[in-house]
Amino acid sequence: MATTQSQGKRRRAASTPAKNGSKGSPNSKTEPRLGSDALVSLYQKMVEIRLFEDAAQRGFRQGKVGGYMHVYSGQEAVATGFLDTFREPDYAITAYRDHAHVLLLGSDPKAVMAELYGKGTGLVQGKGGSMHLFDVSNGFYGGYGIVGGHIPLGVGMAFAQAYQKTGGITQLYLGDGAIHNGAFHEAANLSGLWGRDGLNPCLFILENNQYGMGTSVERATANTDLGKKFESYAIEHTKVDGMDLEAVLKVAHDAADRVRETGKPFAVEALTYRIMPHGAADFLEKYRTKEEVRKWRERDPIGLLEKRLEDEGVEESTIADIRTAAKAKMDEAVKFAEESPEPDIAELLTDVYTDDAPVQAAG
Amino acid sequence: MPVITYRDALRSAMAEEMERDDRVVLLGEDIGVYGGTHLVTNGLIDQFGPRRVIDTPIAENGFTGAAIGMAMAGMRPIVEMMTWNFSFQAADQIIQNAAKLRYFSGGQVSVPLVIRGPNGGGVQLSAQHTHSLEGFYGHFPGLKVVSPSTPEDVKGMMLAAIRDPDPVIFLEAGALYGTKGEVPEGDYTVEFGKARVAREGADVTLIGYGRQAPVLLRIAEKLAADGIDAEVVDLRSIRPFDSDTIVESVRKTHRAVVVQEQWRWFSVASEVAAIIQERAFDELDAPVVRVSGAEVPAPYARNLEIAAFPSEQQIIDAARRVLYLEV
Repeated sequence: MATTQSQGKRRRAASTPAKNGSKGSPNSKTEPRLGSDALVSLYQKMVEIRLFEDAAQRGFRQGKVGGYMHVYSGQEAVATGFLDTFREPDYAITAYRDHAHVLLLGSDPKAVMAELYGKGTGLVQGKGGSMHLFDVSNGFYGGYGIVGGHIPLGVGMAFAQAYQKTGGITQLYLGDGAIHNGAFHEAANLSGLWGRDGLNPCLFILENNQYGMGTSVERATANTDLGKKFESYAIEHTKVDGMDLEAVLKVAHDAADRVRETGKPFAVEALTYRIMPHGAADFLEKYRTKEEVRKWRERDPIGLLEKRLEDEGVEESTIADIRTAAKAKMDEAVKFAEESPEPDIAELLTDVYTDDAPVQAAG
Repeated sequence: MPVITYRDALRSAMAEEMERDDRVVLLGEDIGVYGGTHLVTNGLIDQFGPRRVIDTPIAENGFTGAAIGMAMAGMRPIVEMMTWNFSFQAADQIIQNAAKLRYFSGGQVSVPLVIRGPNGGGVQLSAQHTHSLEGFYGHFPGLKVVSPSTPEDVKGMMLAAIRDPDPVIFLEAGALYGTKGEVPEGDYTVEFGKARVAREGADVTLIGYGRQAPVLLRIAEKLAADGIDAEVVDLRSIRPFDSDTIVESVRKTHRAVVVQEQWRWFSVASEVAAIIQERAFDELDAPVVRVSGAEVPAPYARNLEIAAFPSEQQIIDAARRVLYLEV
């Protein structure tokens, strides 16, 4: 419960101290784990989310997954690196390319796959699908389908963390496409403003995969240095190679510590690439060349990390075992999803309201 | 009971709940230092400080969305729309996030958020600053929509709104901010989904809400002078909706006139008329009449604006028409 501050001082009075924010203790820093054991465990996570996406795409092609679905393949190092800094009571929120984030935060792949399959055992009981994954018990607050629309929510959640002095921060993921939306600019302005008083521990993670759907950054803005957009709102920022897990880890831990300590927002632009189509139904890909995709595949974050592990002397068999185990885990998730029952039809009318306010059935 | 204005009743509801509950904060344009465009929040920044009475830039999408995030994260924010006209800027946040979050999260989050401000017209603000949005917001499941008309109701419904676990669209009758009425002392709430029979009568049911409710009471007195005994129902709550009170009244009077400022098509009055014919068809002695605003963007000139909203004479004529009396 937050405390009341009834000092009657007007906003931004010269004497207003910036001590309202959530502050970790000076010893609360989390160091990136860069030893080979740690990298192996993160490699395992990246392989798992990649194989999850492969299985999800198969399900989509087979007509077992409906609606829209957007996979994270190629971008794994970004969420894996940043969520390595995540700890209770942090929050994470993102748009619709959300499978990886929720899995990295600890959701069971079975429940996530079942959600994609529209089953009652799904993460949100079949009510949201691919674009609306939620796992609040693990700090994951969605899962949103409108480009840019979730950004103000994340800024408000960060305000609440500072106001309630929880010590948590909000990891707010957004794509390069969202940065041109008004919601981003209004929210970023509030974040910078509230952060000035230590009231916005928000870590913006700009997943720049270089295309807002099929429109490249160059075709969407004349100012292609996307980090600069944060400068208008006095939010400090940096860039990182989003294909290099170790680079992401270093930047992520520094950034998270900084946000935790200051209660001010900070932004990281992670340059990355989705090696798969925008959505599972984006077949033609007229907006980019096969050659471009091929070149980026050479920098596939999982491939890069494998090379790094080889250099570290990690046995080939270790890598193979991880892949085999991940494959089995995802096969099990698919089996679970396929065999799970559809949602109970009575669930149609639940969760519209928190209380028992009436809801009209169809017909 | 003390007699206070609609505006003071609103303010005291918010101030009292802020005293009781630290999770409650206010956000909006010029609600703090300036004192609020309509003075509803006047003085609250002195009482609660800028951390709880938050002046925002003019960016409704941003601060409404941020308030939704606060609500998801355990706070109880109250957003002031300086006027509801500006809520279109935040419509994506209200409709796509606040109204649906509980559903698409499979019940994992609630959004205990109040969005409040003056609704409706009547003070020559012309096209972009005049709308009656009860039908618009009432359309969306996931939202609760209320439109109180008295100081007693506005205080009790504001307290209910702040404590409600879901997003509440709180449509204030801006034209009534200065009107006075009795307000109970101490803590009380007025339950959503309950209409109020403001005047009992036997001959015809006049149904309205917000600014129209006191108008209908005045008209009922005029009709009484002609020997017509009108019942007046103040809906108070648009969603959830109290069909029972309406149907019960029509069973008694067998005639209904529904009055609203908003445009007729796809409106609250249309819904009320449909409910009456569904549930009390055999009770009706005349078709339900809707009295609505003119289908034009709100004009500026005083005479044009007056002509754009239902007049007392039009309502009287409607009541006489359903009684098959000469108009």
